[in-house]
Amino acid sequence: MTINTLAKGVWHREQMSCFRKMEKVIVAMQDPDMGMKMRNQRLLITVIPHAMTGRDIIEWLIQKYIMSEEEAVHLGGLLVRYGYIYPLKEPRSLLLRLDESAYRFQTPYFWISTRWPASELDYAIYLAKKNIRKQGELMEYEKVSDESYELCSSDSAEIFRASKQRRKSDRIVLECQEQAYWLINRPPVGSLYSLYTLLCRLLYHLIFKRALGRNRVKSSICLESFVKHSEQYQNHDPIMQGCLPSNPWISDDTSHWTMNTDKVATPTRLRVERWSFSFMELLKDSMGKKEFMTYLEKEFSAENLCFWQACEDLRHGESSRIIEKVEEVYKQFLAPGAARWVNIDSKTMDKTLEGIRHPHRFVMDDAQMHIYFLMKKDSYPRYLKSDLYKNMLAKAIVPQETKKSVFPFMRRQRHSSPSPAQAVTQATEEDGQAKKAEQAGTNSAATS
Amino acid sequence: MCDQTFMAITFGPCDNCSTTSPLMNIYIKNEPTNYCSFCVEMMACQGLLKGETLASLKNESESLKKKLEEERAKLHDVELHQVAEKIEVVSALSIKTRRVLKGHGNKVLCMDWCKDKRRLVSSSQDGKVIVWDGFTLNKEHAVPMPCTWVMACAYAPSGCAIACGGLDNKCSVYPLSLDKNENLAAKKKSVAMHTNYLSGCTFTNSDMQILTSSGDGTCALWDVESGQLLQSFHGHTADVLSLDLAPSETGNTFVSGGCDKKANVWDMRSGQNVQSFETHESDINCCRLYDLRADREVAVYQKDSIIFGVSSLDFSLSGRLLFGGYNDYTINIWDVLKGNRVSMLFGHENRVSTVKVSPDGTSVCSASWDNTLRVSRALGMPWLLVLYSLT
Repeated sequence: MTINTLAKGVWHREQMSCFRKMEKVIVAMQDPDMGMKMRNQRLLITVIPHAMTGRDIIEWLIQKYIMSEEEAVHLGGLLVRYGYIYPLKEPRSLLLRLDESAYRFQTPYFWISTRWPASELDYAIYLAKKNIRKQGELMEYEKVSDESYELCSSDSAEIFRASKQRRKSDRIVLECQEQAYWLINRPPVGSLYSLYTLLCRLLYHLIFKRALGRNRVKSSICLESFVKHSEQYQNHDPIMQGCLPSNPWISDDTSHWTMNTDKVATPTRLRVERWSFSFMELLKDSMGKKEFMTYLEKEFSAENLCFWQACEDLRHGESSRIIEKVEEVYKQFLAPGAARWVNIDSKTMDKTLEGIRHPHRFVMDDAQMHIYFLMKKDSYPRYLKSDLYKNMLAKAIVPQETKKSVFPFMRRQRHSSPSPAQAVTQATEEDGQAKKAEQAGTNSAATS
Repeated sequence: MCDQTFMAITFGPCDNCSTTSPLMNIYIKNEPTNYCSFCVEMMACQGLLKGETLASLKNESESLKKKLEEERAKLHDVELHQVAEKIEVVSALSIKTRRVLKGHGNKVLCMDWCKDKRRLVSSSQDGKVIVWDGFTLNKEHAVPMPCTWVMACAYAPSGCAIACGGLDNKCSVYPLSLDKNENLAAKKKSVAMHTNYLSGCTFTNSDMQILTSSGDGTCALWDVESGQLLQSFHGHTADVLSLDLAPSETGNTFVSGGCDKKANVWDMRSGQNVQSFETHESDINCCRLYDLRADREVAVYQKDSIIFGVSSLDFSLSGRLLFGGYNDYTINIWDVLKGNRVSMLFGHENRVSTVKVSPDGTSVCSASWDNTLRVSRALGMPWLLVLYSLT
């Protein structure tokens, strides 16, 4: 029970801040100097004071907040939807129309923030009043249960009698306001959000103490490098600069994707350029990784990349295969006299060998980091200066931008592509068949 | 009604005093225990050193917080928009909806892209998880979940499986089979188990591990094959609503955001909370940019005319643009460096629940409570993290 009241309170508080923002806009609109110009509106035969048109509202919003018409329509629509402004002619249609239709400000008494929450009894009283006034013309959703009607019929009759005393225009205004209020606040109110707060002061202490001891970098350095990163990648950002030959989502032409697959014969220029941005970019691209491996083989240091790959496999692979993978890595890369021995400093090597006695997922991390930085500082920069890379860059293609077709309304056929799941299904099928063949082979060998 | 209950408090014998009462699930030195509320109070008081009271501890917390702010401010020598003055303004974007994916019967709560840049998975309140080819609008798979409100879904890096979960407190992995007769629901593998709803899930670098965040205030790393819990992350004092992996060289950290208005950066290996950012209650409904190396907030994205809060964010490929899905049914596009809003996208008829840029940056997909997904297109940064505030 406590949780629910807490929850309602929190949701209430958070919704309130939205309402307060809207109220700020409304108050600004009603400012005597800078606010909206009101005029009297005719509703059938009565004159309603202090009204404005939808067009006025839009223009005022555009002028005050320097926004586009589309956004002003959107914001104005929100104000109507939440009941701060209501339409006079068609109260059930909570839309902001840009024509001469009239709108009025809702009185603060009926603001959603001041009348929270709308109780069902109040609503019943309102409906009963309406029933009396209109002699039974209630909408389908307004028909309340018989009991609540009994309860409030006396209240509503009383209120109705009192209201007959007022001036007609006042009465109509009040009716409009009330109707607008209930159109929005009809119970049941929307979904509940629950928050569960558990304060752990001792934990805060620990975090703060650790945070105080952290090494920080100057803002200027951090922000400069962020700006640089953004500029470097700008040409590669299809949303900002477009992509060649065309963005598949616009032209329905998938060439951009087919040109950038893993196994394409000639990569695009942008792709090869990206390998020079950072070592991680090179390794992330499978084609880049293959090229780099070719280069390392020429330098007789390919075992570094193989070791790094094996460690990645260990870190992100299945838990059940950890022990077997650690053994493999040790046999291939770390054991004295191993076929592809990697050169790590003795301290790291000792620590790793010690850790292998109790193998776990992260046992190779130190060694892997050492080799990674070795490649990054040494082999990678040399690769970028090598003929292998320069040739790749030279033969890389720059796709022609597709000219917009002569008949833009003719849509190309959108072709589907093979699902990535298919590749694996086929592979497992092939594996299964290979295994069967093997078994048959050994069986026949055994029998013969 | 399923809308209402998010929290189930366990009921049973307290681990300390053995009386049967509603229990609070707390962690003492990383060990989970269930204490009744009386014992929690007692323990909190006993944990205090001589001369300390809860009030004095609170004061010390406040002064530590102040000291931290001072330290952070010392190295803050320039603002982002000052550094960004020399760059060109973003040219006008003409972003339009290119695809509308219709087919869900109720609010779409989450979506995720596949690495092939065109497929995506989406989950909805009606309990269905659908895998689409966004390009052709084909629905390739549809998985019915046993619970409604599937709040999180993720596509595996290989493209061969999806993970999803929600009010069932679990995260399940479904391998995607192309055999039309196969019942995907039968192949389901239950991986994660939380004590409250699942708010977010994502695969780490491979199909073998999943990272989840939950309404029980914790995040957890799981091994998919065995369903084993590899690491759990405690530190949030309220529901954790979102998480994201950091694209770093060592690939070890991720960030989580929670209802306690904190964004925490975690080390996946040790389970430790390595960095934490907090927002103030008065400033909700805006997006904030935090720099991890500078350890501070460096920019805020807000406007007077934006009244409702943001529910989801994503960067464009270069990190220059920030797409935010708001609860007033729109998407605002911000220039991250200069701090101004570049454009607005309309079209949804209810609040936007998720916004994600495609893996190659060619488009952005938004999922909404109006039961549709829209893919829009116009004519990522290891040191930065964005926190959005919640309504």
